[in-house]
Amino acid sequence: MSHTIITAGFMPLTDSMLLVVAEQQGFAAAEGLSLRLMRETSWANIRDRVGVGHFDVAHMLAPMPVAANLGLSPLPVPFIAPMALGHGGNAVTVSLDLWSRMLAHGATDDLDPATTGLALAATVRASAKRLRFGVVHQDSSHNYELRYWLAASGVTPDRDVEIVVLPPPLLPDALASGAIDGYCVGEPWGGVAVRAGTARIVTTKSRIWRSSPDKVLGMRAAWAEANPDTLAALIRALHQAALWSSNPANLPEAARIMAQPQFLDQPADLIAGALTGHLAIGADASRQVERFYVPYAGAANFPWKSHAAWFYAQMVRWGQVQANPENLALAAASFRPDLYRAALAPLGVPVPQDDYKIDGLITEPTELATPAGPLLQFPDGFFDGARFDWSALL
Amino acid sequence: MPPLSQNALVNQPDLSILIIDDNRIRASIIEEGLREAGYSRVAVVIDIDAVARVVEQVAPDVVMIDLENPNRDRLEHFFSLSRALERPIAMFVDRSDTSSIEAAVAAGVSAYIVDGLRKERVKPILDMAISRFNAFSALKRELREARSELEDRKVIEQAKGILMRSRNISEAEAHALLRTTAMNQNKRMADIAQSLITAAGLLEP
Repeated sequence: MSHTIITAGFMPLTDSMLLVVAEQQGFAAAEGLSLRLMRETSWANIRDRVGVGHFDVAHMLAPMPVAANLGLSPLPVPFIAPMALGHGGNAVTVSLDLWSRMLAHGATDDLDPATTGLALAATVRASAKRLRFGVVHQDSSHNYELRYWLAASGVTPDRDVEIVVLPPPLLPDALASGAIDGYCVGEPWGGVAVRAGTARIVTTKSRIWRSSPDKVLGMRAAWAEANPDTLAALIRALHQAALWSSNPANLPEAARIMAQPQFLDQPADLIAGALTGHLAIGADASRQVERFYVPYAGAANFPWKSHAAWFYAQMVRWGQVQANPENLALAAASFRPDLYRAALAPLGVPVPQDDYKIDGLITEPTELATPAGPLLQFPDGFFDGARFDWSALL
Repeated sequence: MPPLSQNALVNQPDLSILIIDDNRIRASIIEEGLREAGYSRVAVVIDIDAVARVVEQVAPDVVMIDLENPNRDRLEHFFSLSRALERPIAMFVDRSDTSSIEAAVAAGVSAYIVDGLRKERVKPILDMAISRFNAFSALKRELREARSELEDRKVIEQAKGILMRSRNISEAEAHALLRTTAMNQNKRMADIAQSLITAAGLLEP
């Protein structure tokens, strides 16, 4: 049987797992697909290679399709994201020097973004030198979550601290050499620095913005339009990969696969920690982080249009785009829950029926009614108690 | 890539061009190409940490970077903040010129230009970079092929020696034996030779 070949770009990060698992565990083949996985060295390359058609699809930063459609990227090519590749998955890591200063200002070692944020703010005020933080790209959830956490803790990004961009694999070395004081990045790159004995994880994305997407399946809108059946098959293959990846019994195998040189090229036990949420956060400390990285549960693959709207709101907040109804509409149209829903319809699995939600309403695990049965939703919203109501932007 | 006509050179204002490439050889090949084409203001940065300083110094109209460079995200961010490049930076020659963009990405180079610079002024520079990038890749491929050919030849010589000693046959006979075996098994002679060397190693006392 001849398989339809899909060329898929990815960056070496734990949450590229769904694409890798779909190919390696045969879920793509079961849908008549063969994934040609191409590891990339920068997010700009991922974006441009999808844009010019070198890649059909890619593991993409969740805000990237939104930014592209708002004219923030160099190619005038419309992008869409019909699926999220999980929730959570990244952490904020600081140098041991900064950690000791934060401890002196009341930081707690429970990864609570509220207390570590206040301790960081106090440290920033007392610091003679302006601290510098690394993120992986301007249009990344890391950038926006780091900024959200800093601002909510009383630190004004760009004024009080500097934020610079570095590719994920270079962040641990930059921290060790003192070029930066901290960073926000997807695993395993926080864990790599902790293991090297040069860093401390102080909080996680899963605590700053609960149940939120980090990466999406990104592609040209034109590719999706020209290949609707192939896209639906790909979404189903990734759905099966997500289900497989959410079974704890499969995680050792998942870690072994991802550890291989052509994927992450990092120790399997380090990757296993990121998958199970059992994180080493310092030389002598580890924590079990609830829902650190969620490949499937809680509708973690559903591309909420309200999440696209939140990324747009951050781009407005930090001066990247103008606030107007046209831009909001462009942002929301970047995420395509309709395509996700249609692809999974034959499987009869519960999928949210709304395209938008207000983030911060769910405080306890709650069952959402869908035609295919109840769907368990986990707490969402922000660590400072703020809600995000996209309709307030209208 | 035909050289620019004298006339074109006269009309070509002296643009400042910055090449960022951690491959020193490729960078110098492009630099040389640009100088040959009459661009005299060409700067090269190998060490990414020096970019900020060099941008301040040379105030480039065009910045070129190789796509393998993991620091591309950092540079994009830097350019978007930089005061040295006064206006926002656009990438590639012209957002509407997709064939040129494709050629650049395929060759592995991207260019950032000062917004407002006319397409005709930058196109020859990017074309030059693309052709030099492609030439460099071809050169690398040829080198790799030459190297593996040399390896093959060594392996075959070694296998022939083993056959000549163990079977007490001439070099021509050893060569013919290897070739026939390779043909019968539908394999490369070098592969048969390698298997023979491995097997001989295992059988050694």
